[in-house]
Amino acid sequence: MPDPALSLRGLVKRYGALTVTDHVSLDAAPGAIHAVIGPNGAGKTTLMQLVSGFVAPDAGAVLLNGRDVTRLKPHRRARQGLARSFQLTAVLPEMSVRENVALAVQSRLGLRWGFLRRAAGDARFDAPADQVLARLGLADRADVPAARLSHGERRQLELAMALALDPAVLLLDEPLAGAGPEETARLVSLLSGLRGGPAVLLIEHDMAAVFALADTISVLDQGRVIASGPPEAIRDDPAVQAAYLGESL
Amino acid sequence: MRGWVLPAAIFAALAVLPFLPLGAQSGFVMLLATRAMILGLAALSLDLMLGGGGLVSFGHAAFLGLGAYAVAMLDAAGMNDALYVVPAALGAAVAFALPTGAIALRTRGVNYIMITLAFAQMLFFAFGSLADYGGDDGYTLNAHTTIGGVRLLAHPGGLYAATLLLLLLAYALCRVLLASRFGRALRGVRQNRARMQALGYDPFALQLAATLIGGALCALAGVLLVNQAEFASPAYASWQRSGDLLMMVILGGVGSLHGAILGAAAVVALEEALSRVTEHWPLIYGPLLVLAVIFLRGGLAGIGAGIGKRRDA
Repeated sequence: MPDPALSLRGLVKRYGALTVTDHVSLDAAPGAIHAVIGPNGAGKTTLMQLVSGFVAPDAGAVLLNGRDVTRLKPHRRARQGLARSFQLTAVLPEMSVRENVALAVQSRLGLRWGFLRRAAGDARFDAPADQVLARLGLADRADVPAARLSHGERRQLELAMALALDPAVLLLDEPLAGAGPEETARLVSLLSGLRGGPAVLLIEHDMAAVFALADTISVLDQGRVIASGPPEAIRDDPAVQAAYLGESL
Repeated sequence: MRGWVLPAAIFAALAVLPFLPLGAQSGFVMLLATRAMILGLAALSLDLMLGGGGLVSFGHAAFLGLGAYAVAMLDAAGMNDALYVVPAALGAAVAFALPTGAIALRTRGVNYIMITLAFAQMLFFAFGSLADYGGDDGYTLNAHTTIGGVRLLAHPGGLYAATLLLLLLAYALCRVLLASRFGRALRGVRQNRARMQALGYDPFALQLAATLIGGALCALAGVLLVNQAEFASPAYASWQRSGDLLMMVILGGVGSLHGAILGAAAVVALEEALSRVTEHWPLIYGPLLVLAVIFLRGGLAGIGAGIGKRRDA
C-alpha cells in the first residue's frame, strides 16, 4: 500500500461536554476512495471540518503527504493539495460556470494576485477549466451563471472546481445529498472515475453508492471509529449493524 | 456592450456641463457638480470595498477626514504642493487602513460595521481635539493645493476639471481592478467565503487589499473636498458622512461603480432641492431614500441598465 496522502492521528473535538470527534485516526491512500459512514450525529461533518481546517481540533494531528498541517488555515491546506466539496453546495452564484472553475485553476497555478490584466477570458485559466468541465459533462453550461444550475449540476460544478485544483486529497461531504436518481447515477459514475487519482475521503449517506464506490469504509459512531476495513467486512460487522440499529446496509 | 454606455454617458455629461449656457446659475451648478463628483469619488472607493468585497464599512468617511487634514496640516506648515499633499494623504490613509482594517476584518457582519464605525469616530474626535488646527471649529485653509506650483484648484473651473479627471481615472482603475485576478477573487469572497478558502484564497488578505485601495482613493476625495470648501472640519470624518457615502452607493446600485457616482449626484441634488423647500428637509429626504431602496432594486445604475436592455430587445 502506498504512503497515505492524508493521515488523521487521534483527532479530538469537544463542544462543551460533548465529544463529537473522539480520537479518530484514519488514512487515505492515493488513488483510493475511503468512505466514512455513520448514523446522524456520528460526527462526520465535524470530521470534514477538522480535516479541511475550518474547525480546529482539541487534540490530534492532520497530516497531508506526511506534513503536519494541523495548525494551517483552510486556504493554506488547500494550497498544500487538499480540495473539498461542501455539504450544502458552495459555488459562486454570480459568476459563470467557467469562471468558477477558472478561479480554481488560477489558484492552482499560484496566480491568485494580479491587478491589471483582465481575468475573464484569460486562456491560461479558461482552457484548463474547459477541459475539466468537459470531463464532468458541464461543457455546454460553461457560460451560464452558477446560480442558474440545477442542484445536481451544482454538485458537478463543485467537483469540477475541486478537480481543477489537481489535489492530492479530495474531501467529498455528502456529494449525493439531494440529487435525484438520474443525477445520482451520473455522479456515482463520475466519482468512480476518480479512482487512480487523488486520495478521496468520502462522506455519504447513500449506502448503495458507498458500497459501490469505496475501497475502504470507516464507520463513525458517537465520534469514534467503531470499524474500518473493506466493504465486505464492514457489511458483516456486528458492531456496525448495532450502530445502525437494523437499518439495512 | 451595455456595460459601458451608461458610464460613458455620465462622463460625457460631466465633460460638457461647464460649457452649457446656464447664465447666472452656471457658477452654482458647477459648485454642486464639483461637490457631487468629489463625493462620487469617495462613494466609488467605498463601492470597491462594498460591491467588490462585500465590506459594509460604516467608517469610510474617516479617509475623507484623513485626506482633508493632510492638506490642512501641511498648509499650516506652508507646504501646499500636491507633490507633498498627495503622498501625505495616501500615506495617512494606508497607515490608518492597515491596522484598523486588519482588526475590523477579524470580524463579520454587524461586528464589522460597528468596528469600522468605532475607528472612524475615534478619528473624528481626534481631529476635533487638534487645537492647533481649530479643534471642533475646523481649520481654514491659507492656500489651495497647487499642482506643480500651478494654482489650478483655486479656480472653480480648474477644480472642476481636476476633479473630473481624477474621478475618471479612479473609475477606470476600479473597473480594471474588479475585472483583474485580484478583483475576481475578491468578488468570489463576497459570494462565498468558505468556497474561496477551500480553493486556496486568503479572504483576509484580499479584503485588506481592497480596504487599502478604497481608503487611499477616498483620501484623494478628502484632498479635493478641503480644497473646494477651503476648510477642513472634523465633520468630514463623522459617522453621518460615512452613512451618506453608504447611502450613495446603495442608492446608485452596489457593485456597479458608476452607480456610486449617480448616487452621489442624486444625494447632492436632493439635499439642495429639498433644503430650498423647507429647513426640515431631512423629513422628506429620509422617506425618499427608504422608498428608493425598496423600489429601486439595483439602484439608479439598475434603471439605466434596464433602459439599455429594453433598447437592445
